[in-house]
Amino acid sequence: MRSSGYATDPDIRELVAFRTAGQDFCIDILSVREIRGWSRPALLPHAPSYVQGVINLRGAVVPILDLARRLGLNSIEDTDRNVIIVAAINNRTVGLLVEAVTDILGVPAAGVQPTPDLASETTRNMLRGVVVQDSRLIRLLDVAQLLPSIAEAAA
Amino acid sequence: MAGLSDLRDIFFVEADELLSALEEGLRAIQTGSHEAETVNAVFRAVHSIKGGAGAFNLKALVGFAHRFETVLDGLRAGLLAPEPALLGALLHASDHLADMVHASRQDIATDAEADERVITALEAHSGGGGVTEEEGFTFDPLPMEGGLAFDFNAPLPRTLTIHFRPHAAAFASGHDPALLLRDLCTLGQVDVTLDMQSLPEASAFDPGQSYLAWTLALTTDCSIADIHKIFEFIEGQCELTIEEPISDTAFVSHDPDFDAPTCATSSIEPDVDGALAGAQLAMPANAAAKPPAVAQTQPVSAAPRPTIRVDIDRVDRLVDILGELVIHQAMLTEAIEQSPGFGSVEVDRSLDQLRQLSRQIQESVMAIRAQPVKPLFDRMHRIVREASMAAGKSARLVTEGEGTEVDKTIIERLADPLTHMIRNAVDHGLERPARRDEIGKMTEGVIKLSAAHRSGRIVITIQDDGAGIDRDKVRQVAIDKGLIAPTAELTPQEIDALLFLPGFSTASEVSALSGRGVGMDVVRSEITGLGGRVGISSIRGQGTSLTISLPLTLAVLDGMVFEVAGQVLVLPVSSIIETLRPDMAMRHNLGQADSVLDVRGRVLPLIDVGTALGFRQGLGPGAGEIVVVVERGDEGAIALMVDGIRDQRQVVIKGLEANYGQIPGIAAATVLGDGSVALILDPNDLAAAAIPTARSPLTLAAE
Repeated sequence: MRSSGYATDPDIRELVAFRTAGQDFCIDILSVREIRGWSRPALLPHAPSYVQGVINLRGAVVPILDLARRLGLNSIEDTDRNVIIVAAINNRTVGLLVEAVTDILGVPAAGVQPTPDLASETTRNMLRGVVVQDSRLIRLLDVAQLLPSIAEAAA
Repeated sequence: MAGLSDLRDIFFVEADELLSALEEGLRAIQTGSHEAETVNAVFRAVHSIKGGAGAFNLKALVGFAHRFETVLDGLRAGLLAPEPALLGALLHASDHLADMVHASRQDIATDAEADERVITALEAHSGGGGVTEEEGFTFDPLPMEGGLAFDFNAPLPRTLTIHFRPHAAAFASGHDPALLLRDLCTLGQVDVTLDMQSLPEASAFDPGQSYLAWTLALTTDCSIADIHKIFEFIEGQCELTIEEPISDTAFVSHDPDFDAPTCATSSIEPDVDGALAGAQLAMPANAAAKPPAVAQTQPVSAAPRPTIRVDIDRVDRLVDILGELVIHQAMLTEAIEQSPGFGSVEVDRSLDQLRQLSRQIQESVMAIRAQPVKPLFDRMHRIVREASMAAGKSARLVTEGEGTEVDKTIIERLADPLTHMIRNAVDHGLERPARRDEIGKMTEGVIKLSAAHRSGRIVITIQDDGAGIDRDKVRQVAIDKGLIAPTAELTPQEIDALLFLPGFSTASEVSALSGRGVGMDVVRSEITGLGGRVGISSIRGQGTSLTISLPLTLAVLDGMVFEVAGQVLVLPVSSIIETLRPDMAMRHNLGQADSVLDVRGRVLPLIDVGTALGFRQGLGPGAGEIVVVVERGDEGAIALMVDGIRDQRQVVIKGLEANYGQIPGIAAATVLGDGSVALILDPNDLAAAAIPTARSPLTLAAE
């Protein structure tokens, strides 16, 4: 059961907010399976630079994406204080490596603003909008867009 | 009694088995390698399908099966000769029967006209010989609707004597004689006598056994078939005889075709067609009964080994748990080896036994999942028949190694690619009959499908004796489609491999069979999805051969754990020939970057695993000092440089496809004893990715 009362209001979306490479992001809580500490992944050969490798998640082999690199930002410092957000994206389980999970937000549908036009094409493809909360700008990620190259590799 | 839908499911499962028995029998007759019993078995298969279909009121199926059976009866009685034309029609009818059964399973009505066409064609071949006396019955659409056939001779009320002795198995499957007897009461007046003769002393009483029998005097005007209907679901699990008063035998003889009245009929009416009664007596219900008639008929074949049907999910769960067991056993071993108590003989022995036990469990579970490829191969006969008919060619499928066992999942997922390859072989591989005649080949093309175990893998080969690959044409098509550059220099093998490129299709016109553009590339991706490989080779004018090599199981493999560039990786032990620590003198450079290793006079390509996987560039000191020589199927061995070998253990295969995708050089992943992930190398793929000359244009194009 979700602990907050937001879920009862259909208009309110719950978002998991996190921080990586100095920026704030969030994703829909419904795609988050769990949040876990960092563990050393096994390297994958011939993988894109943002794929850190694979870890064992209770018997399942799950790839870990460095979200900062995926978004074209500076790669985050390699410390064991980083966390992995395990997300289900298009029936795949994927770990997103981020610096820290900051918050769980309840945002009404109107609170998500469309991505401003000036952003570059790649960035806009990854974002579904932005949320402004307490003078912080939180980018709402389109998780399905994080995986396209992986999907091609499996095809 | 079980729910009707359960029974229906059982009927369809059994019908599938009967259908394959039917087809197999017909093929045996076709090749002339049959015995008298084969014809009976074929007849029985159709007959049992008819009986079951009648119970579920599948009228079209019953009608078709009945007419089919009538022709088979002619064959069995020797009135019809097994000529090729008749057998062709019989096989066609059996294919159609299979379609009808499948349609009925999904509650879809088949095209009545098509049904009629198929069966009429069959009857035309049979020439109507020996079946005329049943014409009236043949066109009766409701042959199983109890006693309809006897309307002209409605039985008068008479007293039947029924002996009924249920076996222990009947109780085990939940039958209750009281319910059956109550049902019987609805047919007329019943006088029940309990027979307790075989009831033992209380001390010898086994509650799991069945000791009781009943003798019933039933006064009714119902037909025997109606009575049998009541006992229908307990058939094979009881002794049942129904005796008519002698005066009524005339009515019985009118009905040589019902499976129901066999025992009784035979015992009082010895004139009934002997062969027919024999076949019916071999059916389970009657095999158990012991009327005098049995003596004069064919022997009942030995009972098959008992089997159970298990939901595949349960086995899968077992395999999953087993995977965890193997991982935890490895973890335990590792923990004990690092503890101070290690080294004591008892601990060592126990660990050893644990290892052996878990391996035995593993093998047993895998054996449950392993199934012979025969059913899969059997399905291909039909594909060849249909494909050759549609393409106007004549082809025969020869199978070999049908007993080879493979994991069930692999068999299931192999069906589509195999179908496609067989169709291709008929459609593109074989020449037209006229052309074959011209060049002195047999008009009938032969497609050989074989399976065999080879070095821990299963190898399936599809070989045709057709024209072989027209390499100039393939090359031209590839250039036209922009798949290769017009100037590209390709070896014959590389040209053959072009067939696996997405979107490649050489058939000049798109036919209904193959050449729909979803060609060999789909086949290849499906096979690689199973951890397998497809190879192609062809000799112009002599045919093409496709080779599929697959792992035996998708669950566990024996792996050698080794280290490269700080990463832990696993190699399948089955592919390893030897490990060695080579001298510098054994190593020779070829060209700028490539090197080879001279292993006792055999020169092997030398590949650093770390570099091939992109983990490092160049070797540091102390790295890559150990060489593992692995075999790559037909392509010869290669030498892999690794940093250190850890140990050898069983690893549970975890697919990467589900969450990530396929990686060249990597077969799958596994979880080690410490809970970390290690990748399992595929030496073949690795070599292809690492040796530049072996890297064909298609891997580049596919990426």
